[in-house]
Amino acid sequence: MAIKIALPKGRLQNPTSHLLENAGWKLDEYNASGRLYHLKSAVFPDLRGKILHEKDIPVQVAIGNYDMGICSRDWIEELLAKYPTSSIIKIKDLGYGYGSLFMVGSAPFSVKGTVRITSEYPNLAEKFALQKRFGRFAIFPVWGAAEAYLPESAELALISQTEESKPLPGIVPSQRVLDYGACLIANRDSWESKNLFNLVSSLVAANVTETSVSPIDMKTTQPTDITDLKGKMRLALPDGHQQSHTLKLLNKAGIQIEDYPSPTGNRRPIIGIEGVSVKVIRPQDMPLQVANGNFDAAITGKDWLTNHLYQFPNSPVQELVDLKLGWVRIVAAVSHEVPGTTIGDVRSWAAQRAAPLRIATEYTNIADRYARDKRIGPYRVIPTWGATEAFIPDDADLLIENTETGSTLARHNLKIVDTLFESTACLIGRIGVEPDKQALIDTITRLLSQAV
Amino acid sequence: MKLQKSKGARDMSIKDMTAFRFVEGTFRDSCLKWGYGEIRTPTIENLYLFTSAGTLTPESLNRVYSFLDWDGWSGERVVLRPDGTIPVARMYIESGKKDLARLFYVTNIFAFESSGKENRERWQCGCELIGAASSLADTELISLSLEVLKRTIPHDIEVSLSHAGLVKALLAKLGISPDEQAQAFDQLMDGKTDLPVPAAHRPEAADTLLSLLTLKGQSSGFVKNLKALIGAQLPEIMPHLDDFIGLITSLEEIGIKCRIDIPSGGGFEYYTGAMFQLFAGGEKVGGGGRYDMLIPSMGGGNISASGFALYLDRIMNMIKPDSVITSESVLVVNHDKDQKRAYETATELRQAGYNATIQLDNEKNCTWTLDIQSNGQYFLEGKGLKAEAGTMAEVMKCLGGQFGH
Repeated sequence: MAIKIALPKGRLQNPTSHLLENAGWKLDEYNASGRLYHLKSAVFPDLRGKILHEKDIPVQVAIGNYDMGICSRDWIEELLAKYPTSSIIKIKDLGYGYGSLFMVGSAPFSVKGTVRITSEYPNLAEKFALQKRFGRFAIFPVWGAAEAYLPESAELALISQTEESKPLPGIVPSQRVLDYGACLIANRDSWESKNLFNLVSSLVAANVTETSVSPIDMKTTQPTDITDLKGKMRLALPDGHQQSHTLKLLNKAGIQIEDYPSPTGNRRPIIGIEGVSVKVIRPQDMPLQVANGNFDAAITGKDWLTNHLYQFPNSPVQELVDLKLGWVRIVAAVSHEVPGTTIGDVRSWAAQRAAPLRIATEYTNIADRYARDKRIGPYRVIPTWGATEAFIPDDADLLIENTETGSTLARHNLKIVDTLFESTACLIGRIGVEPDKQALIDTITRLLSQAV
Repeated sequence: MKLQKSKGARDMSIKDMTAFRFVEGTFRDSCLKWGYGEIRTPTIENLYLFTSAGTLTPESLNRVYSFLDWDGWSGERVVLRPDGTIPVARMYIESGKKDLARLFYVTNIFAFESSGKENRERWQCGCELIGAASSLADTELISLSLEVLKRTIPHDIEVSLSHAGLVKALLAKLGISPDEQAQAFDQLMDGKTDLPVPAAHRPEAADTLLSLLTLKGQSSGFVKNLKALIGAQLPEIMPHLDDFIGLITSLEEIGIKCRIDIPSGGGFEYYTGAMFQLFAGGEKVGGGGRYDMLIPSMGGGNISASGFALYLDRIMNMIKPDSVITSESVLVVNHDKDQKRAYETATELRQAGYNATIQLDNEKNCTWTLDIQSNGQYFLEGKGLKAEAGTMAEVMKCLGGQFGH
């Protein structure tokens, strides 16, 4: 009987690779440079490995797609905070990949009015708020940079700190919430019904390091100068690989900006327009942050704007100008093994199966709407955090993903059955901002329009 | 794919709904006669209504169905109503009234239950008496709840009493922090008597206090004697003890017997005074209590209140279907396809208080069958009896029990 294990990519991949090497598993493709997601062992012929984003691993093990998994315990606790009856057994702390979760603020915290908490761990943040009996609170799930929202847009942020984390300026740890490290987990049913003895014993024998979790200390520095942002128009710019495109466009539009991208990780670059303040956050998070008034305008992708508007149809966010950068298509793709070439063919194929169609995607609201619009019978949306193409065909049937050339999809034996829409970067703003801020938004809109 | 209902959800059959409506109808009838007015609150409420201290216990909050609404970009969640009382308090406050209100409702509440074998949607009949502070109000509520139960189920009803104010005052004497007191109170409300009070922290009287907190099954006389025993030592407990004794005395005066169970279980964090539970055949079928601080904590001013809820799902399972009196049903059989006459006959029967169904296909599931014959006569059959009638007046006489042959 095949035994499936989900292995982490990212920061845990190297130490996990060493552990498996010492355990004699001979998963040769599992190394830091490997681009293959499907792994086989030269020693355990029944073992099937797959490389996933570590955040996806607890969910995938809990729903039984994998018998075992290795991931960081913070993501296990995040799942269990919302779904305590998940079918997961924590087998062993593995003694590496340490980190700690801290609830932080930018000043000593006191409960007053609505407490806004940003975090990549919304379930743990909600649990914290309930335990602390905050009368009124709002949780903002973010894809990253949770601390960047302090203090103007959130009172608290639940953030992860690892040995590699850079010091955070002006952050005040309020409470240590969790110390974590890499952990071996198993699906409860698999643990009860499958013979995992050889795999587990080889890991235990190889894992001779100290296995108690070492807490990480919070690294902070003195606050940078936070000018009074009251009355200023707040603009969000993207972090990550979109920074260079955005910088070029700003330069072309004649808009000066200092320290963006920042080599020190500064998320508050200085823009050369009086009355405008800038923060650097994840483009995925921008539409929600503009909608709730934390920002007045932002540069993000149409894909994320659409995903937001499908979740909140009455949202006050709108596209102001198409920046015609970073063109991608949002497509529906399936394995080549699925018959047909259109979504209609996929629907007919799915209708003959007993199980619901599994749709893996980062764009959960777009996928949900698409499945409804296309009258796909019973379906399940599986949220992913990257490497979505790895889910097909074992763990998902249909993918909703962005692609530029389609080459990544082709490399994973996938074919496109539909194009939902095309997406480019755009400037977004909120309907109903104050007139003085609106004037600044209009200026930026005009300058960027001329530069496109 | 096999069609099935969602885990923890319940379908109610015709039989179930007959019992449901019987309980609901009896409850409504009693409440109206006692001067209570019916209200209904929405299924979806703001989550923050239930998260403040003094509302729901953390354990209850971990089982709510909360989500972001379609316009939930502010990040604040809404919730499927997890409790009946708090929305009523919200509605009362929002109405701006400050006067005494006797309110009742029949509502569903939602709480996750992990096995999926129990209902995640449960129904309750609730009463809230807002603006009355004395134990006479509690007596009224207990008495009303007993009347409803006695009218609906064939069991003796047991009343068990506790007192949240007394419990909190006793916990305050244990030498533990306010947070630990709140945690211990929540545990007692959840029915756990093994309190986490480290021996090292206990003052001298702690063991006595702990034994008082875990009292179960005592008579009302015990509480009265308790006053003599600890009243002088713990004067701050006296007002709660007096309130408790006042309720017990008041209930005894109108012939309601009760037993004392201090670790009540099934209580709510918002209770501040007397709490009661109702048992039938060993099963809990309802409960209530005084919540004087809930409306003040929600910004509604200094207004006392108390209330109760009867657990409709459990009560309806105890009802014998035969005991629910329903109108007799008559199946109108129309051999000659004379639609007009069949409809006129059925209408007459309905106007006379019978359930009348015009036969489709060959259905046969009524108490009586009334055959309209081609010669204009009626042939009535049912309950082992047969009769012929020339007019509808004669049919009615037969249905009323006057069979000629």
